[in-house]
Amino acid sequence: MTERRTATTAPYTIGTPPFRPGESADFGGSFKEQPEDLNRPDPSTCTSDDTASHARGLVRVLDDNGEAKGEWDPNLDKATMIEGLEYMMRLRIFDDRMIKMQRTGKLSFYMRSFGEEAIAIAQTMALKEQDWIFPSYRQPGAQFVRGRDMVSMICHCIGNTEDNVRGRQMPVHYTYKEGRFISISSPVGTQFSQAVGVAMASAYQGKDEACITWLGDGTSAQGDYHYALNFASTFKPPVILNVVNNQWAISTHANLATGGKTFAERGLAYDIPSFRVDGNDFLALYSITQWARQRTEAGLGPTHIEVYTYRAGAHSSSDDPSAYRPNDEATFWPGGDPIQRLKDHLISIEVWDEEKHSALAQKIDDDVMTAYKEACEFGDLASGPYPPASTIFTEVYETVPWHIQEQREELGK
Amino acid sequence: MADMNMIKSLNSALSISLKEDPNVVIFGEDIGFFGGVFRVTEGLQEEYGAHRVFDSPLAEGGIAAIAMGMGLNGLRPVAEIQFADYIFPAYDQIVNEIAKVRHRSGGEFTAPLTFRTPAGGGIKGGHHHSQSPEAQFTHTPGLKVVYCSNPYNAKGLLLSAIECNDPVIFFEPKRCYRGPFYGDPHNVPTWTGHPDADVPEGHYTVPLEQARIVREGNACTVIAYGTMVHVAEQAIKDSGIDCELIDLQTLVPWDRDTVVNSIKKTGRCVIVHEAPKTSGFGAEMSASIQERCFYHLEAPIQRVTGWDTPFPHTTEWDYMPSPQRIADAINKTQVE
Repeated sequence: MTERRTATTAPYTIGTPPFRPGESADFGGSFKEQPEDLNRPDPSTCTSDDTASHARGLVRVLDDNGEAKGEWDPNLDKATMIEGLEYMMRLRIFDDRMIKMQRTGKLSFYMRSFGEEAIAIAQTMALKEQDWIFPSYRQPGAQFVRGRDMVSMICHCIGNTEDNVRGRQMPVHYTYKEGRFISISSPVGTQFSQAVGVAMASAYQGKDEACITWLGDGTSAQGDYHYALNFASTFKPPVILNVVNNQWAISTHANLATGGKTFAERGLAYDIPSFRVDGNDFLALYSITQWARQRTEAGLGPTHIEVYTYRAGAHSSSDDPSAYRPNDEATFWPGGDPIQRLKDHLISIEVWDEEKHSALAQKIDDDVMTAYKEACEFGDLASGPYPPASTIFTEVYETVPWHIQEQREELGK
Repeated sequence: MADMNMIKSLNSALSISLKEDPNVVIFGEDIGFFGGVFRVTEGLQEEYGAHRVFDSPLAEGGIAAIAMGMGLNGLRPVAEIQFADYIFPAYDQIVNEIAKVRHRSGGEFTAPLTFRTPAGGGIKGGHHHSQSPEAQFTHTPGLKVVYCSNPYNAKGLLLSAIECNDPVIFFEPKRCYRGPFYGDPHNVPTWTGHPDADVPEGHYTVPLEQARIVREGNACTVIAYGTMVHVAEQAIKDSGIDCELIDLQTLVPWDRDTVVNSIKKTGRCVIVHEAPKTSGFGAEMSASIQERCFYHLEAPIQRVTGWDTPFPHTTEWDYMPSPQRIADAINKTQVE
C-alpha cells in the first residue's frame, strides 16, 4: 500500500494524491502482500473479528508470476476462466470502440471500465443467476455475464428508437431487468443503501437471492454508504457491499475520501466481515464473492469488500487526468492489468496461447463493429431517429395524469 | 361504522393493508413495539409480526433508500417519517431516485411505496416540528402528493396511496390527529360526534386526484387542505358569506374539474395553506386558476398562508392562517 502523503496547511491536514503531473509514480513495484498470507475463514462461522487481518491486508490468488496460490484459489475449471477472459476482453474492446465513437461525435458521452474490467465480471460470475446486480456506472460488464446483447447496449448509449430507456438517460446508465441489473443512476452512492432494501425484500420473501452493489472510494464519503453499512449491520440481509477503491474520484484522490488506513476496515466497526481484495486479480475477486454468497446462504447477511484497484483511464469522456496525475501512473500500479494477468495465468497452465488470444480479440472487435452498425439502423446520434417526443410524458406515473397530458398536447407530438 | 379519530382511522388503514397484502411492510422510527410517537402504528407489530412492522435506525435517508429497494424487489413498503421536518435527509432518495426510477428505467423498474409523515403546526412544535413541506414534493415529477384532513378521508386516501403503483408522499395534519382544529387553540374539540369521524371499519378508498366539496356556496371558492380545511370552515362561518369550501385532498395531481367548475360558478377565490407563501402550492393553484378561469374571475385571487419566515414556537398562532385572516381575504374578494 502506498504511504499516504499529505500536504499540511495549518490548521488542516489536506489529503493529496501521492503523485502529481511531472512527477514519476512509484507504488513500490509489487504488492508486499502475497496470496498465501491470508486464510479463507469458514463463511458459516466467521465473525467480523476474524477478518481483521483481511480488512487490512490484501486477498490475492494470482501471484506476481501468474500462478494461482493459497486458500483463496477458487480452483475454477478452464472453461470458466476462459469465459471470464472473453467477457473482460469484450468489455475493453467495446469500451475502446465506444470512446472512439464519442470522440467522433457519434455518442454524447462515454465512460470506460479500463483497468477495472475484472471486477463486475468476476463478481457476477461468482453469483447465482437469480441474484440482483445493483451497479454504479463502472460495472457494465455484469451485463455480458447476464447475456445482454451489445446491440441493445449500444442503442441505449446512442439513445435511439431501440434504447430500452427511451433516450431518457445519459449513455452508460444501463437498465437490464431481464438480467436483474437494476437501473443505474448518476447521483453517486444512492444504490448502495437501496441494495440493502432489495436484499431485505429477498429475505422477507424467503428467496435464495443476494444483492451485490458497488460504489467508489470517493462516493464512500456519502451518507448513503454509511446508511447502507448501518442498515446492513442492523438487519443482516443478504447483501454484498463493494467499495471500488480505484484511487480516483474524477480528480479527488482516495486520500480525501478517508483519513483512515483502508476502506475495508470501516466495515469492522459495523461488525460486518470485511475484506480487501486485489481488484485486478480475477480469481481473487471470484473467490471473495463466492465467499460472500456462501455467507448469505448461511443466513449471516452482509459482507463488505474493498476492491483495491486503479482507474487506468479517465473518469469519463469529459475528463482529462493528465491535469491532475502523471500520465503514465497506471503503468506503475502493482496490480498490473487484469486482462493480462488472467491471460498470463491461462497461458502458464497451458490452456491458452497468443494465437487464440489474438483471434479472439479480432473476433470480438468484428462483433462490436457489427453490433454498432446494427444499432445505428435504429438511429444514430447525429440524425436520429430518436424515441418519439411523446416518451417524455410516459412512465412518469403508471398512467398519464391530466396535467401531463395537457402538456403533451401543448407540445403537439 | 365506528367513531374514530384520525389516529385510529390511519391505524385501521394500515391494519387492513397488512392483512390484505402480504407484500406490505411498515417501518420507521419508533413505530414498532412502541407504536409510533403519535400512536398511529399501535398494536400492529404485535398483530402482524416484527418482520412486517419494525423500527428502523434513526436515518431518514436510509429509511427512504431501504423503502425504494424493497419496492424495486416486489414489496409495497409504507415508511413513516416521524415529522415532515425530518424528511430532508431523504430528499435525494425521494426526488432523484424514487420519483424517477420508473421513467429512467423505461418502466422496467418501479418502486410503489408510501411515505406517511405528520406535518403542519399548532402543537407548539417550533420550527422543526411544524413545517408543511408539500411544495417541495409537488415540484417533483413522479410523486403523488396527498394531504388528508379528517378521519374518513385519512383512511380512504391512505388505502388508495398504499395500493397506488406510484410513490406517494402522504401528509397527515398532526394538529387534527385527535380533533378538528377551528383556529382557536383554547377550544379544541375531539373528533367524537363529528360526521367525518364516522368511519367504516372495513376496506374503502377515497380516490387520489379527487377533491372534496366540504360546503357548497356561490359567493367565493375557498381552497384548502389539511388543518386549514377546518380553519377555513370556521372563517366562512365567521364571514357570513356563502362560500364553497374545497378540500383538495390530493395536491398532485389536483382535481382540475372540481376547482375550475367551482371558480366558474363563484368568480372569486381564496387559497389557504400553512406553508410559506413564496412558491407555495397556492402559487401553483393561483396561476392555474387564472390560466383556466380568467374571464370568470370577478376579483383578484387571494392567498392566505404562513409567512415567508421560519415557523415560530410561542407565536405560532400569529404565523398560521387564522379564521380572521381568512375571513378578511374572503371579504376582499367580495369588493366589486
